[in-house]
Amino acid sequence: MKVVWSWLKDYVNLDGVTPEELAERWTLAGLEVEGVTRVGDWWDPALIVVGAVTRVEPHPDADRLCLAWVDWGAGEPHRCVTGAPNLYQLREQGDLPTPMKVVFAREGSVLVDAYSDDPTPKRIKLKGRKVRGIMSDAMVCSERELGISEEHEGILVLEDDAPVGAPIGDVLGDAIFDLDLTANYAYAANMVGIARETAALLGRPFTEPPLPTLGDTAQSDGAGDSTGDNTGAGAGADAATLVAVAIDDPALCPRYTARVIRGVTVGPSPAWMQRRLRLAGMRPINNVVDVTNYTMLEWGEPLHAFDYDRLVARADGGTPSITVRLARPGETMTTLDDAERTLTPKTLLITDSAGPIAMAGVMGGADTEVGAETTNILLEAATFDFVSIRRATKHYALPSESAWRFGRDVPPQLSEAGSRCAAGLLAELAGGTVAPGVVDAYPGPRTNPTITMPIADFERVLGVALPSAEIVGLLHRLGFEAAVQGDDYKDGETLTATAPAHRVDQQLPADLIEEVGRVYGYDRLPATALADPLPTQRDNPRLMQEDATRDALAAAGLQEIISYRFTAIAHESMLDASAGGTGTSSGDETGADEQNGVSSTYVTLRNPSSPDRAVMRRSILTGLLDAAAANRRYRERIALFEVGSVFHPAAGKDLPDEPRHAGLVLLGPGTPGDWRSSGEAQDSVRPLDFYDGKGAVEVLLDTLGVEATFAAGSHPSLHPGRTAAVHVGGEEGAALAGHVGELHPLVRERWALGDEPVVVAELDLDVLAQASGVVRPFVGFSTYPPVERDLAVVVDEATPAGDVERAIRSAGGPLLVHCALFDVYRGEQLPAGKKSLAFSLRFQAPNKTLEGKAVDGMRGRIVKTLESAVGAEIR
Amino acid sequence: MAHADIERVEREGLAALAAIDDLAALDDWRVTWLGKSGTASGLLRGIGALAAEERPAFGAAVNTMKQALEGALDERAAVLRAAALADEMAGDAIDVTLPGTRPPQGGLHPATVADRRALQIYAEMGFQVYLSREVETDEMNFELLNMPKHHPARDMQDTFYISDEVVLRTHTSPGQIRAMRAYAPEPIRIVLPGMVYRSEQVTVRSEMQFTQIEGLAIGPGITMADLKGTISNFAGRYYGEDRPIRFRASYFPFTEPSAEVDVRCTCGGEGCKLCKGTGWLEIMGCGMVHPVVLKNGGYDPARVSGFAFGGGTMRTQMLAHQIDDIRHYWANDLRFLEQLR
Repeated sequence: MKVVWSWLKDYVNLDGVTPEELAERWTLAGLEVEGVTRVGDWWDPALIVVGAVTRVEPHPDADRLCLAWVDWGAGEPHRCVTGAPNLYQLREQGDLPTPMKVVFAREGSVLVDAYSDDPTPKRIKLKGRKVRGIMSDAMVCSERELGISEEHEGILVLEDDAPVGAPIGDVLGDAIFDLDLTANYAYAANMVGIARETAALLGRPFTEPPLPTLGDTAQSDGAGDSTGDNTGAGAGADAATLVAVAIDDPALCPRYTARVIRGVTVGPSPAWMQRRLRLAGMRPINNVVDVTNYTMLEWGEPLHAFDYDRLVARADGGTPSITVRLARPGETMTTLDDAERTLTPKTLLITDSAGPIAMAGVMGGADTEVGAETTNILLEAATFDFVSIRRATKHYALPSESAWRFGRDVPPQLSEAGSRCAAGLLAELAGGTVAPGVVDAYPGPRTNPTITMPIADFERVLGVALPSAEIVGLLHRLGFEAAVQGDDYKDGETLTATAPAHRVDQQLPADLIEEVGRVYGYDRLPATALADPLPTQRDNPRLMQEDATRDALAAAGLQEIISYRFTAIAHESMLDASAGGTGTSSGDETGADEQNGVSSTYVTLRNPSSPDRAVMRRSILTGLLDAAAANRRYRERIALFEVGSVFHPAAGKDLPDEPRHAGLVLLGPGTPGDWRSSGEAQDSVRPLDFYDGKGAVEVLLDTLGVEATFAAGSHPSLHPGRTAAVHVGGEEGAALAGHVGELHPLVRERWALGDEPVVVAELDLDVLAQASGVVRPFVGFSTYPPVERDLAVVVDEATPAGDVERAIRSAGGPLLVHCALFDVYRGEQLPAGKKSLAFSLRFQAPNKTLEGKAVDGMRGRIVKTLESAVGAEIR
Repeated sequence: MAHADIERVEREGLAALAAIDDLAALDDWRVTWLGKSGTASGLLRGIGALAAEERPAFGAAVNTMKQALEGALDERAAVLRAAALADEMAGDAIDVTLPGTRPPQGGLHPATVADRRALQIYAEMGFQVYLSREVETDEMNFELLNMPKHHPARDMQDTFYISDEVVLRTHTSPGQIRAMRAYAPEPIRIVLPGMVYRSEQVTVRSEMQFTQIEGLAIGPGITMADLKGTISNFAGRYYGEDRPIRFRASYFPFTEPSAEVDVRCTCGGEGCKLCKGTGWLEIMGCGMVHPVVLKNGGYDPARVSGFAFGGGTMRTQMLAHQIDDIRHYWANDLRFLEQLR
């Protein structure tokens, strides 16, 4: 909303306050000012001043020009050459009986180039030159030249009391505030409202604009029982005889008032009103529309003007009868933007006997629109349920100043002021006659509640002890009725307060606390340390696990990424090697349900921002592969991880499961190349593969204190021969925590990730959490010398190394303190289908030096076990 | 005559030693001068020519001379060894300005870094982390937070809907209700970090997914002055003691009174493009927990009060590092990520 400084001054004295200071005060009190625009702050105060045209003569050598003598408060009147029509027409007058106050600019003034076609014309410096033989080194200015408006038909004429010689900024200078008002400050979204607020904040009186009495005091109950037979807008007829009003559901329309103004002449509104509307950001249209807009800006009551004669015509010459009701199924209307609209049954309408004439509070109908020929007007000032208006505004996508206000709850009390103000202005500015009386359907007058609360609550919440007199004083400044009962501050002193009608937001004690705090100033509240005892402190295992996961993987050389949790089903189905998905279409594999946007597998957005962000991810891998593909354009080695929620709809529940997953992706050379390895053969650098991924997972599991087993597994995205399933929870009740493996070549291809292995892992942190926290007891280490033995075992190709190692450990006994695989050999010296696994073994006793013979014995036992358990042959 | 010989031998020996400049020649010198058949021993062989009473003194003098030569030898050897080592190292000199070889380096996402910094400060003030779900009911995300359906304040948060009753959380605030219901009637001092979602056009300045940290304190004596103290402490550490902050009245349905917190712009208050001329940058919203929300959480607003605050952590980081485009965050370009870990 835009607030005009000069307009505001009509209602509150702003002497000694700069617009910037006021903007700051408003902002701190919750009325956020987004910007202050100064009008005319660039006008040179010494060169552009108020002048008085005292004499006008024809130009001796130019038919279309005239000469004007301007008194600008210094010496003799200055002669100017001008062609401005409003002076030219006076050229035969000579000395003017009453001097005409104008804007006078001397040589050197900077003014807008009024003859430029540029939409934002440049400013140019005024230079003296001869015009048809006569020196012209000063000028009288149009609005356009001052940058106030586009008006350039004539010069700007000032009010008669403008002081000659005064800098023009003192007369026409202004400031426009751009306010961004939150929902609760809607009451201040009008000049009267912002003036009340300003007066309260500055502690100055508020001058309410006077409302015309219009000669009526009686109010009809609005039952629509007009019985008069005078169907025309005849003089003297009471409004109640001219229109009937009925409200179907008072919950949707708490109040509807109608006045009739007869004999208006539609034309332009006066310059002062146009100027204010323009400064406030609205386009002047004609005096009738301008009056309704002006009144809305002044009082906050949106109004609508109907062409009364159209209503009479629609009633076949009878008395128009207005009904406020919901749309009927299939009902349509043409709104004044000439759009034919099919109305939903939740749309609140203003109707007459012939059908809809307006979408209540949102937009009028074309058929009853006020036009140039209109002479009689029905003026609506009403209040509608804000939810209903909001719904309609959104549904029909018809935002407007009116709908914005109605959508934030206009108090029904405002109808009175709005209707009177606009009717008075229509009489004054459009030459209308206001029919006596108002038809006022107001079934259940609304009042603000009286709030009672302990005075001590202000301190309890704000943290500052305010005397009750100060609290009451602050509330009075805001227009509240407020009083205190009792005299003991801590115990028994009670505040009773009622908000003024326009403050529909004041319903609870907390509302009063906020008002008092806000006007007192939050900047004046102390800043204190929390004095309440510290609540019980608790560990947060989930957070600790997530942090430990991130730290472990980062320390292992992986970079964390965070992806959109949104994806498309088609995109995520690219993860399934057996599906044909290319990621570009939703494909058959997603099933009919998915095509309708409903999925039992995916958490599906009803209003996605785009089709490729239509569902919540089930897997963390898509984001990782997308990032790998994107970064691979300029990086050889990619090592990324992500930790975050994935979303699995849970059968029979509203809310999905949100397991936290950790995923990683590795591809490229095993070691990052640098200047030292540049000479080495490219193929001597081992690419990252399954075992690098497994190693990273092992590091993570160690960090989390999880005992896990790796076994050959299968996963739709992974190479069937290069996938391990990770289980936790021991042999009994082992739970699948996830997989690590190399991408299936088909999947790798879909992300265009080249020919080398791409290792990924996805683990469910919630499953790991169930198995984590294994506290391993400390194992002492011996000071006696160890005995090292190597052992090469030939086994079938299919025998997993893990089985061999397990057999060695179990046969080795407690003195086998270390067993590590150090070589895997396949080749000429071995029969086909066999491989050799070489282990280094270390034997050590806690209490003595082991004899070689004893070690040989232990090794022998291991060999025997291996022969029988895994069919091994010792080399 | 004999003592003069000793001096001569010593003098000549030392001179010969001084002339040696490689380690191998030292051995020859030792054999020549100190060996069994060397010059020094030769002097002793002539001892028989001396009177018996002179012999001990002569012998002692020869030994002293030998020790002097031995000492000189050690010294010379040390000097030569040092010189040889220095020569060798001079040949081994490398260009220390060549790049170091780094182990493969990982790192945290900038959003994680920003969150951790904030959470650490809050933790030291006794605010513990409470994690909460991301897909929420409309009831938790809005209604229990005093935002009934069609409340004007819902305009402030464009919402992704899963169904009429299920949404992607638009803020971390539904966690407030969950925490209150978990802990009531105990006092609370928590922070709620996490991802939130808004159905907004993704632009340089706005994202449809972003991180937030929200704080909540509830207890019998929590005041708005405590809120100011807590946020002042936080801002002093997060933005620097020299950056003033201000509280201005604002509106949130779930707090009352409500305020917006601004920190002095990096321009020092002069007004610049960043702060749109205001001299202040908005960092978070805050307020006293609305009585309706306290009640919905299971607390009696007549007996306890609370404050809540919250804001985005990415925005602050963007200001600090002059990141001009919020879309960098989820684009996961390593050239961005690696600069801020």
